[in-house]
Amino acid sequence: MSHPPRVDYQTNPSIYRHWKLSFDGPVATLTADFDEDGGLRPGYKLKLNSYDLGVDIELNDAVNRIRFEHPEVRTVVLTSAKDRVFCSGANIFMLGVSSHAWKVNFCKFTNETRNGLEDSSKFGGLKFLAAVNGVCAGGGYELALACDEIILVDDRSSAVSLPEVPLLGVLPGTGGLTRLTDKRHVRHDLADIFCTTTEGVRGQKAKAWGLVDDIAKPAEFAARIRQRALELGAGSDRPAGARGVALTPIRRRIEDDALRYANVTVEIDRAKRVAIFTVKGPQGPQPSGVADIEAAGAEWYPLALARELEDAILSMRTNELDIGVWVIKTDGEAEAVLAMDETLLAHQDHWLVRETIGYLRRTLSRFDLSSRSLFALIEPGSCFAGSFLELALACDRSYHLALPDDEARAPKVIVGEANFGLYPMATGQSRLQRRFYGEQSPLDAVRAKAGRPLDADAAFALGLVTSNPDDIDWPDETRIAIEERLAMSPDALTGMEANLRFNGQENMITRIFGRLSAWQNWIFQRPNAVGEKGALKVYGKGDKAAFDWNRV
Amino acid sequence: MSAIDYSEKIPNNVDLGEDRTLKRALEQWQPHYLDWWNDMGPDGSHNLDVYLRTAVSVDPAGWAQFGHVKMPDYRWGIFLNPAEKDRKIHFGEHKGADVWQDVPGEYRANLRRIIVTQGDTEPASVEQQRHLGRTAPSLYDLRNLFQVNVEEGRHLWAMVYLLHKYFGRDGREEGEALLERRSGQQDNPRILQAFNEETPDWLSFFMFTYFTDRDGKFQLCALAESSFDPLARTTRFMLTEEAHHMFVGESGVSRVIQRTCQVMRELKTDDPAQLRAAGVIDLPTIQRYLNFHFSVTIDLFGADESSNAATFYSTGLKGRFEESKRDDDHVLKGAGYKVLQLRDGRLVEAEVPMLNALNEVLRDDYIKDSIAGIERWNKVIEKAGIAFRLRAPHKAFHRSIGTLAGAKLSPDGRVVSEAEWAAKVDQWLPSASDRAFVASLMGRVAEPGKFANWIAPPAMGINRQPVDFEYVRFN
Ligand SMILES: [Fe+2]
Ligand SMILES: [Fe+2]
Repeated sequence: MSHPPRVDYQTNPSIYRHWKLSFDGPVATLTADFDEDGGLRPGYKLKLNSYDLGVDIELNDAVNRIRFEHPEVRTVVLTSAKDRVFCSGANIFMLGVSSHAWKVNFCKFTNETRNGLEDSSKFGGLKFLAAVNGVCAGGGYELALACDEIILVDDRSSAVSLPEVPLLGVLPGTGGLTRLTDKRHVRHDLADIFCTTTEGVRGQKAKAWGLVDDIAKPAEFAARIRQRALELGAGSDRPAGARGVALTPIRRRIEDDALRYANVTVEIDRAKRVAIFTVKGPQGPQPSGVADIEAAGAEWYPLALARELEDAILSMRTNELDIGVWVIKTDGEAEAVLAMDETLLAHQDHWLVRETIGYLRRTLSRFDLSSRSLFALIEPGSCFAGSFLELALACDRSYHLALPDDEARAPKVIVGEANFGLYPMATGQSRLQRRFYGEQSPLDAVRAKAGRPLDADAAFALGLVTSNPDDIDWPDETRIAIEERLAMSPDALTGMEANLRFNGQENMITRIFGRLSAWQNWIFQRPNAVGEKGALKVYGKGDKAAFDWNRV
Repeated sequence: MSAIDYSEKIPNNVDLGEDRTLKRALEQWQPHYLDWWNDMGPDGSHNLDVYLRTAVSVDPAGWAQFGHVKMPDYRWGIFLNPAEKDRKIHFGEHKGADVWQDVPGEYRANLRRIIVTQGDTEPASVEQQRHLGRTAPSLYDLRNLFQVNVEEGRHLWAMVYLLHKYFGRDGREEGEALLERRSGQQDNPRILQAFNEETPDWLSFFMFTYFTDRDGKFQLCALAESSFDPLARTTRFMLTEEAHHMFVGESGVSRVIQRTCQVMRELKTDDPAQLRAAGVIDLPTIQRYLNFHFSVTIDLFGADESSNAATFYSTGLKGRFEESKRDDDHVLKGAGYKVLQLRDGRLVEAEVPMLNALNEVLRDDYIKDSIAGIERWNKVIEKAGIAFRLRAPHKAFHRSIGTLAGAKLSPDGRVVSEAEWAAKVDQWLPSASDRAFVASLMGRVAEPGKFANWIAPPAMGINRQPVDFEYVRFN
């Protein structure tokens, strides 16, 4: 089997094939005009604004550029350049020819992008308005659902729909089902009708059922969108006069067995199926005032780190499926990380700092959602402090080396203010809260030690690390733990890890990644979807799906 | 702070003095081990000077150094057979690959379990035998008992060495637990049931060392094939000691038989009552003891169909007895093996996958081996001109593990009713009165060269010393 080309998550507007990005004061418009022949893989055409991973990579990039390069933008309008088609969702033929792993990774990334819209709306003052100017089906409607508001053109033909169940025998799995209920509170029986009706719902009925926020006649559609976009952005504090930060290409070297960035290195041991992520802390003098931060731009350490880490995670997820354990290490000075945190916290209301924190937050969330075993190794020379401690806290297990005979060299972790809510997980909890189930006394005990270097025994006593082997036990204990992990079923591990990582309370996002994705992934494996006569397989081929009628 | 002079106190060929992992682990464990020995080792023995063999190296000159020592000062050592260069895995799915010098993470749990299960039997038998020293039939036998005991202690060291060296913290915890479990203690028993039974008298002791230490031999032989090289090398060295334990058992039973036959000829009777009155153990009683120890011991090999056995073999953790002398593919996929099952009140042979039947394979090898020794006992009886033969009971007799568990069969393999079992069990297994009689014979004989009435002296002494040598000095 020949290796497919590696998927690259880096792009920029000058090479977009699917989206057009335009700006008009506080309103940015993202126009979908997907290139039929621009599919990431051969075998399908992106007809009717149907998307694949490549389309979403551009969307993710575009939203980031709006966040950073255009601080004046307060509302993003998503619309389409195609005649009477807004977006018809994920490309069915692409799904038909894709492996299960590809589909799952694709869905995960598209989910993260959509969650990112809501994340920016919640934390970053950036509002999203879906200007649905044509047929809006499946993943197209799910994209609209991720926006703050949906305005549907009332042209007596354009409808919103989720036809996955009746047409394809699968679910609207990119958050569609969940947002319909949890976000839009569409009554469950109406949602039932909506989700089993291929033609969808249009006009007044769509509004009455809560499927859209408003409808507008074609003639007044553009004006209504403009007006609503301005109103939505009115409450935002994104600054009108600030200068944006250009997201210059990240510098990286991709080798056969390594990804090398300025601050992140990923080294892959293919024989062992392990990747070692080494995250380097800030080096040398760092800006502490906003003017210097703006001047540093994309080179500002925390922003550069977030971009590099995101690229590394996405690349490893997509291109290195069998690398089952990601070992997380850090390298640098704890003081430098804590100084960075101090700067982030001091200026967290400044738009650029806020966006950078948001970027780090979403990137750390990508770790939580990666279907890989995450093991942190806390070794001499590491800097698991504050924001960097989040890396260890995100892991399934952490091993902290004890050096009882060498206090000076013994690696320490430091809990910082950043660990108490600066980077909430998808659950809305900090990783410390997740770790201790929100219970007050262990959290207080950790809080009492904040700012103080904690060696392995101290960190272990507080419950901050999984294990505190000393230098005699370290090599075998860590080696055996990793080898043992790698021998277990990757499927079972993925399921187990997701269950353990997302403990405690559920919310819409965790329901999307948990319940909805789990059901979707089950359905994706079933013959009724992907068998010879499965609905997904026969779609568009003129064949009728043949189902096994037994309910499971 | 180092409490131990390693090279002197703990003879070893594992470079103990240079190994921080081991040193650290042993600094904690060794005092706990001594505490255990003092609490649970041979009762009232700590002050005795015992003529013991100590292994100080693995070469022929070093493995057997004799001298009088107090047992708490015994130098329990750590020895591995010398490494075989370029040793390859020779069975299972990894066949042909290099043997492992470290524990593969994938097999950590199973390897640990194998080592812990083996390790647990070693202190258990010391605990089971701890009161026997008070009733030893001679100084020669007392010394043999203690030799077995200190070597079981050394076997514990051997297993703890593996746990300490290769299993990190987990291993140290298991090492401690091996000292904490107690044979026969209801809330804190040893792992395998046979090691929770009492060894109440010397006939039991000889039977135990003949039959149950032979189980040890077969388990060790299977582990000596392991792909985990340190385990293979450790168990190979243990086998040299196990042979002595079986010798103690075989010769012990043989001397009991010899003495009984002698009295039978003198009195010209085979009447158990008369023989008992003469203070010797009648042959039918010996047969019942044999039946008991044989059946209890073959249970130790585990269920006749076992997925663990298949896994252990396929993953290369545990081979078969004399694996390399067998001429099959050493993978065994698709091969079958016949096991006995009880169906509709009849014993039938059923073919099951060989991989799952490996416990049964090892059990059958064991049975062959133990029958050979029974035949040597029969030679003693034959030589005395007495028409009586000892027999190994049927494999399905008195079993409590596997598909034959609970089946009611006579020792010759006839399926019997509950009523017949109840009526005849005292002819087949030692009864309470048998045990009481044997117990009544027990009493310490402490004069050099003297032997209890119920046992013949050995043909020769230990290490070319005379039989009346002072093997144990009471102080
Ligand atoms: Fe032993
Ligand atoms: Fe033994």
